[in-house]
Amino acid sequence: MNLDLLTALNKEGAARRAAVLITEVDTGRQRLVRETDVAGDPLRHRLEEHLDLRKSGLVEQDGRQFFLNVQVPSIKLLVIGAVHVGQALAPMAAGLDLAVTIIDPRSAFATPERFPGVNLLPEWPDDALTRIGLDRHTAVLTLTHDPKIDDRALVEALRSDCFYIGALGSRKSHAQRLDRLRAGGFGEEDLARIHGPVGLNIGAVSPAEIAVSILAEIISLLRRERRIAREAASR
Amino acid sequence: MITSDADILKEAEDWKRSGRGVAVATVIETWGSAPRPVGSHLVIDHDANFLGSVSGGCVEGAVITEAMDVIADGRARVLEFGVADETAWQVGLTCGGRIRIYLERVEDGSAGPAWGHGSDRALR
Repeated sequence: MNLDLLTALNKEGAARRAAVLITEVDTGRQRLVRETDVAGDPLRHRLEEHLDLRKSGLVEQDGRQFFLNVQVPSIKLLVIGAVHVGQALAPMAAGLDLAVTIIDPRSAFATPERFPGVNLLPEWPDDALTRIGLDRHTAVLTLTHDPKIDDRALVEALRSDCFYIGALGSRKSHAQRLDRLRAGGFGEEDLARIHGPVGLNIGAVSPAEIAVSILAEIISLLRRERRIAREAASR
Repeated sequence: MITSDADILKEAEDWKRSGRGVAVATVIETWGSAPRPVGSHLVIDHDANFLGSVSGGCVEGAVITEAMDVIADGRARVLEFGVADETAWQVGLTCGGRIRIYLERVEDGSAGPAWGHGSDRALR
């Protein structure tokens, strides 16, 4: 690996752009393919596949073996609601390399004192989400319980291809939430994308435990392919 | 805090720029129960300082030893580790899995790798 290639790869990472470093295993020949150049690469389909799964791996073409070192930007976790669960969740999420932003138009909640070192936006979620941009490396989580705040975020999330949407609330409030979104024109397939009540069912009680259950659910989706492969192998 | 493999590659670049001999080990294939996923990196300098992990501690020692040779001769290698009795290596993975590791030297500037036909200059 020459230093130029390594520098270029790191530069893409710093700019939050995906890139793949391809190594031909037998010869050591390497090239860097930036996200924007994937379409023109001879290994294009394999690159797209591995970028989608956020996964490095070996591929073969014309009897030659290539290692695709996939570097993708960290997951953006956009949390609506500067509430108690968010306070517990933000430091845990940082430890998992998730890039957390907390969004809450109620500026009394979204204070640096309550969220030290966390990226805070005292804005309405639809404005913030539109500006930030939601892609398949993004998770959206609503925590306020307040329909006039949460629903705006859910609408934006459902219009995007973000990989995770979670909404805090009881079964009853979730059913009401789905009714409102249905009335707003979303179909059952859309609504099925929302994880609600949010989090894996681990019997969580405290805000910190709820944060663990939510983060575990996000990880289970991020590692879905790996999880499914292991479950299949153990059968 | 250095947690991700991207952080480790950034460190490899910094080490190289500060004049150290540097090798990068990458997990390229795993079978069975492997402790670190494909794409995990270990970066090693000429004084055997290292960062990152390719096996969660099982084979790091052997990889670091081999890295000293790679830093000296510049020849990239593929290393394979399995359970201790199935391999020529003195160490193995207690978890019973197997891993393949690509170990290469970080070369100055635009020099291609010593092994093979020179680098593809697809950098645009």
